[in-house]
Amino acid sequence: MRKHLDIPTPIPPVDNNRVSHLRRLEAESIHIFREVLADCRAPVLLYSIGKDSTVMLHLARKAFYPGPLPFPLLHVDTGWKFREMIAFRDQMAARFGLRLIVHTNEEGRRAGINPFDHGSAYYTLVMKTEALKQALDRHGFDAAFGGGRRDEEKSRAKERIFSFRTANHQWDPKNQRPEFWNLYNGRTNAGETIRVFPLSNWTELDVWTYIMHENLPIVPLYFAAERPVVERDGTLIVVDDERMRLLPGEVARPRLVRFRSLGCYPLTGAVASSARDLPAIVAEMTAVQSSERGGRVIDRDEADSMEKKKREGYF
Amino acid sequence: MPDLLRLLTCGSVDDGKSTLIGRLLYDTQLIFDDQMAALLCDSVRHGTAGEHIDFALLVDGLEAEREQSITIDVAWRFFATPRRRFIVADTPGHEQYTRNMATGASNAELAVVLVDARHGVLTQTRRHSFIAALMGIRHVVLAVNKIDLVDFDQARFEAIRDAYLHAVAELGFRSIVAIPVSARFGDNICGPSANTPWYAGPALLDYLETVDVAEAAGEKPFRMPVQWVNRPNLDFRGYAGTVAAGQVRVGDAVTVAPSGVSSTVARIVTIDGEPDEARQGEPVTLVLADQIDVSRGDVLATAAAPVPATGKFDAHLVWLAEIPLFCGRSYLFKLGTRSVSGSVIHILHRVDINTFAPMPAGTLGMNEVALVSVALLAPVAVEPFRISPALGGFIVIDRLSNATVGVGMVETLTDDASNIVRHHLSVDRHALAALNGQKPTVLWFTGLSGSGKSTIANLVALRLHAIGRHSVIIDGDNLRHGLNRDLGFSEADRVENIRRAAEVARLMADAGLIVIASFISPYRSDRAFARERMEPDEFLEVFVDAPLEECRRRDPKGLYKRAEAGLISNFTGVDAPYEAPAAPELHLTTTAATADELAERVVQALQTRGRLEP
Repeated sequence: MRKHLDIPTPIPPVDNNRVSHLRRLEAESIHIFREVLADCRAPVLLYSIGKDSTVMLHLARKAFYPGPLPFPLLHVDTGWKFREMIAFRDQMAARFGLRLIVHTNEEGRRAGINPFDHGSAYYTLVMKTEALKQALDRHGFDAAFGGGRRDEEKSRAKERIFSFRTANHQWDPKNQRPEFWNLYNGRTNAGETIRVFPLSNWTELDVWTYIMHENLPIVPLYFAAERPVVERDGTLIVVDDERMRLLPGEVARPRLVRFRSLGCYPLTGAVASSARDLPAIVAEMTAVQSSERGGRVIDRDEADSMEKKKREGYF
Repeated sequence: MPDLLRLLTCGSVDDGKSTLIGRLLYDTQLIFDDQMAALLCDSVRHGTAGEHIDFALLVDGLEAEREQSITIDVAWRFFATPRRRFIVADTPGHEQYTRNMATGASNAELAVVLVDARHGVLTQTRRHSFIAALMGIRHVVLAVNKIDLVDFDQARFEAIRDAYLHAVAELGFRSIVAIPVSARFGDNICGPSANTPWYAGPALLDYLETVDVAEAAGEKPFRMPVQWVNRPNLDFRGYAGTVAAGQVRVGDAVTVAPSGVSSTVARIVTIDGEPDEARQGEPVTLVLADQIDVSRGDVLATAAAPVPATGKFDAHLVWLAEIPLFCGRSYLFKLGTRSVSGSVIHILHRVDINTFAPMPAGTLGMNEVALVSVALLAPVAVEPFRISPALGGFIVIDRLSNATVGVGMVETLTDDASNIVRHHLSVDRHALAALNGQKPTVLWFTGLSGSGKSTIANLVALRLHAIGRHSVIIDGDNLRHGLNRDLGFSEADRVENIRRAAEVARLMADAGLIVIASFISPYRSDRAFARERMEPDEFLEVFVDAPLEECRRRDPKGLYKRAEAGLISNFTGVDAPYEAPAAPELHLTTTAATADELAERVVQALQTRGRLEP
């Protein structure tokens, strides 16, 4: 190429499109992952197998490339996850050579705690919140990455990216550490922990758009398919195994549904949808008229439900 | 893909911040059906808008907030239009939550400052504008809200606009746009209002969609704080970080700060391939051509414009903690990716954030702002905040609680600091000490008044003398009669007392002596400061542990009686705290042994740790 040495090169303007909306969110999350690794002694990634965990895992791999993921994944298994979720989890661990810790509250399992007999609130406390605390204590983790987003729910909207917990795993919403620019304070005393939310500033639509752009594999349950469905109090429950208790007169019928959010199958509502691929999901999310956690039975119990659970130590 | 605008809403209590955001979410149809149902239900229970939907309830997320109808903590909200996506930090108006407001401001590019058209510019309006400017926000929308309650009066709007422009004239905002709005009824929010025909400017949302907050075009020199050294195997060594300013290309010469060593960029590594260049905001891993020493906290910069390194600078500091700032106390300062010990050595002046006038100050309380001089124990890469927010913003962390207690913006690097080159002693401390058959050591005795520190310290000095070793005693009383004659017993003066004592101990150790320092020194952070003045094995913390009751009973100087009678205030153990050492090198329990036995243990410890040559 010919160069005009006599003409001074004009200074190019800053190209704002290059660091577009999703690239800015991605950069912020990668920065957070690296800060935690550098500042904390024993971090762990809370891997719940869903779309947010998928994005977190991808961002963490980007942050530490070409090195391997420098911390393990922790899955709190209640024993009531969809079978496809468990299969997907094990595939991902094998494919990327991840250290995967699976923890179940054995006391709760032995006591037969389940979502049918014990109610969603108590079941969640024992099999999720308590189980998580057990796992964090047992392995001595001082920082745990979670996929929580501020657009999900009112009390989450007020949570810091580095969310400090006492030695008893409690969150004090009125006394959060102030947080400035990208200067995070990851320092803790013995027993104290930090929950870190790298996706704090992402919205549900951002997550889907990013999954589409990066072409990330996700659990097939997110795509519409004919599944055996029971409709109960307006919630569409997909019958995943023989443990589902049907009420008199209830029959599981095949319906075209998918999930916006994944959890324990008896507590997770599906939505009627024909979105069979990522562009269709993104189009559906752009037009959607109900919130993501609307499908979660456990959040509806009372208005301050999430805040209460979070104070107790729920992610 | 649309771009992203991060904004902040602020203003006085009841100016309608939360209502405005609720309105924006509602009008951009970002409120889901089930949230709307919950909102209608909440409006009846907690609402203050009577028959109308109370939009504020949509954003006041915490239980205490809904009960008290106030916003305590910053909430982040998201909405989008086809042209832009928005992240809104909705921040509290109450003065005691200023620190939360500053949290929201630090990542915002634009501030929407609300005023109530009936009340006009208030103290809070000025305070929030000041904090926003301090945290680096350069663009402001003045939303004159509740314009319906002043009958859409043009003269009222213009009077408030002019008062605001006057009030913030010296804050350096690049753009200020005033808009008359009614958050409750939607006037001039999403489109022009028929009620304000006299207003020709943009509606709020139109303006937010189009305002250009980008830095002026032009290249800034490349800077990247190193977050982490990526060494997956012996063949790869990369420096991971986010480009903080400028751009970097393969082949560029870079200089490391603070070391000043240079190399060139060999590769830019990402999971998506190896690009030839990386720009501001992009997270990358850089591989350099040479094997040089780079670690977390260092800054890579273009060799043509390296980053200055200094341990001394003046900065604006916002204090965030209930425990005040004390000059001389040791804190951790986190700048970029570097955390280093240091202290505020001087408060130049406090800023009255209502009038922006400088005021004299000795300490700094919660939510107060001051211009201060900072001295760090090691030089770091730093630039003034207005030139480089990434290298000029810092947080201050309490060493004991690990709480974030302050946030600062570097104003000027204190050049005289870099001119002080430490005098290299031709006869060093180790040579002096070796002459005496000993290694320089500080024995730091801490404990309550009357615990027996001075008694044991004296016995240790006698024993050392008997075996021909050289020691010196410094204690609170002999220092306070001379060097520290100007200090009293307030917390601030106690901090300074210990700071000077630690420096004296250090100088004495430089003379090769075994220094026996005996101070109540009740605060862990101050003892940590004394420890940091020394090499790790040169400092032995000796906790002289006697129960408070026993000290009271002994009361060798009659001080407890006087304190209990109210004649002395801030007396440790009576009306001031003692923070016991968590892991002292020596723990002497005075109720279990005689002073002689304890002194012997101290001398033995010196021997077993190799501080005394046999």
